[in-house]
Amino acid sequence: MARGKIRPRVPMPMQDPLVRRGNFHEVALGYTREQAMAEASRCLQCTKPTCQSGCPVEVDCKGFIAHLAQGDVEGAFAVIRHTNSLPAVCGRVCPQEKQCERACKLAPTGEPIAIGRLERFVADAYYTSDACASAIAAASHCRMPQRDVRVACVGSGPSSLTAAGLLAALGAQVTVFEGLHEIGGVLVYGIPEFRLPKRIVATEVEHLRRLGVEFRTNWVVGQTIGLRALLERGYQAVFVGTGAGLPQFPGIPGESLLGVYSANEYLTRVNLMRAYEFPRADTPLPQGRRVTVIGGGNVAMDAARTALRLGALEVTIVYRRTQAEMPCRQEELEHAVEEGVRVRELVAPVAFEGDGKGWLAGLRVEHMVLGEPDDSGRRRPIPTGTTEVLPTDLCIIGIGTGPNPVLLRATPELARNRWGYIVTDPETGETSIPMVFAGGDIVTGAATVVLAMGAGRRAAQEIARRLGLV
Amino acid sequence: MTRIVHRRDIIPGQTVEMVLHAPAIAAAARPGHFVILRVHPMGERIPLTIADADAAAGTITIVFLVVGTTTARLAQLSEGEEILDVCGPLGQATHLVRVGKVVCVGGGTGIAAMHHIAKGHAQVGNQVTAVIGARSADLLLFEEELGRFCHEVLVATNDGSRGVRGLVTDALRRHLAIHPDVAEVVAVGPVPMMRAVAELTRPLGIKTVVSLNSIMVDGMGMCGACRVRVGGEIRFACVDGPEFDGHAVDFDELAARLTAFVPQERQSYGCLGVCHG
Repeated sequence: MARGKIRPRVPMPMQDPLVRRGNFHEVALGYTREQAMAEASRCLQCTKPTCQSGCPVEVDCKGFIAHLAQGDVEGAFAVIRHTNSLPAVCGRVCPQEKQCERACKLAPTGEPIAIGRLERFVADAYYTSDACASAIAAASHCRMPQRDVRVACVGSGPSSLTAAGLLAALGAQVTVFEGLHEIGGVLVYGIPEFRLPKRIVATEVEHLRRLGVEFRTNWVVGQTIGLRALLERGYQAVFVGTGAGLPQFPGIPGESLLGVYSANEYLTRVNLMRAYEFPRADTPLPQGRRVTVIGGGNVAMDAARTALRLGALEVTIVYRRTQAEMPCRQEELEHAVEEGVRVRELVAPVAFEGDGKGWLAGLRVEHMVLGEPDDSGRRRPIPTGTTEVLPTDLCIIGIGTGPNPVLLRATPELARNRWGYIVTDPETGETSIPMVFAGGDIVTGAATVVLAMGAGRRAAQEIARRLGLV
Repeated sequence: MTRIVHRRDIIPGQTVEMVLHAPAIAAAARPGHFVILRVHPMGERIPLTIADADAAAGTITIVFLVVGTTTARLAQLSEGEEILDVCGPLGQATHLVRVGKVVCVGGGTGIAAMHHIAKGHAQVGNQVTAVIGARSADLLLFEEELGRFCHEVLVATNDGSRGVRGLVTDALRRHLAIHPDVAEVVAVGPVPMMRAVAELTRPLGIKTVVSLNSIMVDGMGMCGACRVRVGGEIRFACVDGPEFDGHAVDFDELAARLTAFVPQERQSYGCLGVCHG
């Protein structure tokens, strides 16, 4: 590789902030083939690459980028797909700046290889290519000879889809049980269209279907059928990926006022139920003129930007630390601010105030200062005693979630930790019930899509080994 | 897709009963459970209590009042047609133990939900008295069905067209005066009715269970729309309920939260048949 001045990163084409705040189309438009190849050719092709180990599913970044630099999209896709079942999703929602791109040798220059954008390009280009169409056709005619091995995956979010994809590719007969009416879990009810279009999730799901994965919607494991009953009905292994969907509320006065929503409810109404098309869609939508969002993660960003697109005059994110401590993807915060979302740092909610008729009128917040770092390594917010009221008629709470309780309550013998998450063997993903595995947010608490996928992958590898598929 | 095996108007233009072919739900359904259903691809998800279940036949029964867009659309479906999504059974089943005398109070369409609970109490060996009420005799549900397993069925109508003239609480008050040994009261119906029953039994110290009809979206503990205050704590009706201790429920808050979408519901209902072509 020639030494010398490293060329700057190829910028990502974006929708104009003033235009996109009025629509639900994808914000990042994706590289063209020329842009992708130019960015790929910036890669140093290090002898000892570190990017791969920065990825929870260990995508061979160097390998796929080498193919892409030559214009070989199919080759690049094959390399990615070897370890990643949902590349078009990961290329869009992974916090690359904290993973592969942070581990890139060019990271110290401030311009690491845009690995996420390249992954997205490869997946998108492959899925719309002739090669993909013929691969799908071939897969549906002559897939892996199915063996007499049946595995159930509970939930259809990223961890389950990953486990299902890997096991199906190895010849298992996989059934995915989903409680909602659509497949994708948090990818469809949580992440908005402007960040992850539903057609992308649908494409990845269709890919799995062609591999032979069977999907059953409207099945709630723990209610419609028990975990033990699945094992008794001939599933030799079960993977539990039920996520951390239980919304948390701050436990402050007034949170039952009309106009106070969990981010899960707000986003589910919009994303899954298409309430933005109300009244053409039947699900009604909470409307707000002055919207306040509590939290600093991706969910809070998604809720704020959704409210803006739905016509709010003013959207403010309220966070008790500063922007530097926000757990969201850096890019999402930047996009939100560009679109006009305001950020109030160092304020913590202390009470919701009503209008006297049961509706929300304001959010009382207390000013904070930053103290010493806490257990999370972030500086701890310290209350100052000074409060103010932010006028607001719609407040969306995005402060985190707990373990979904449905399957857990129906299966009390499943060992859990003190926060209520399922305890698993860190190597294998196996729970306290033999041949029942778990992974994703139901084990770790709310985390990222790709971490959940990594857990699904590890468990699937162990299941495959135990059932003699590898 | 879930096929409608049987459909009848209980009260023409108002209350409909449907028997659905849903073997997995029927096998798992217990008194107190509900389903969430969706009628068309742009439809909303609504909760409906399971009024009866027959595991052998693989069927469940739902009874609903036509109040809004989804129930109106559901009512238009005929026998043999299919419902897009039916998910369940959801919620915690009724806690059924042999306690002796139980009174099950039902008002309006709530009688249907109460029916399954009353049947469960009878099956565990309790002596069940049903108290049912409606505005007039032609709006009463399940009187005959309840008579098959209940010790007695007491009826109250506002206009006196059947049973005693008055409210279910009038009939309940009289019954409790004669039977002070009633161990438990169950109330299912409109919020004011459940509240009135709970206030009636509170001084008597009789355990009172109410089944709450909160607004829900997913019905599996994910959205928090159905949150209710019980004993000062936030609980989710979909996964912690729908049944709670009637003496601990904050009915004011529940009543207020049920009004959250009234203007949109009217708009949507007005749009029915226009927006969808």
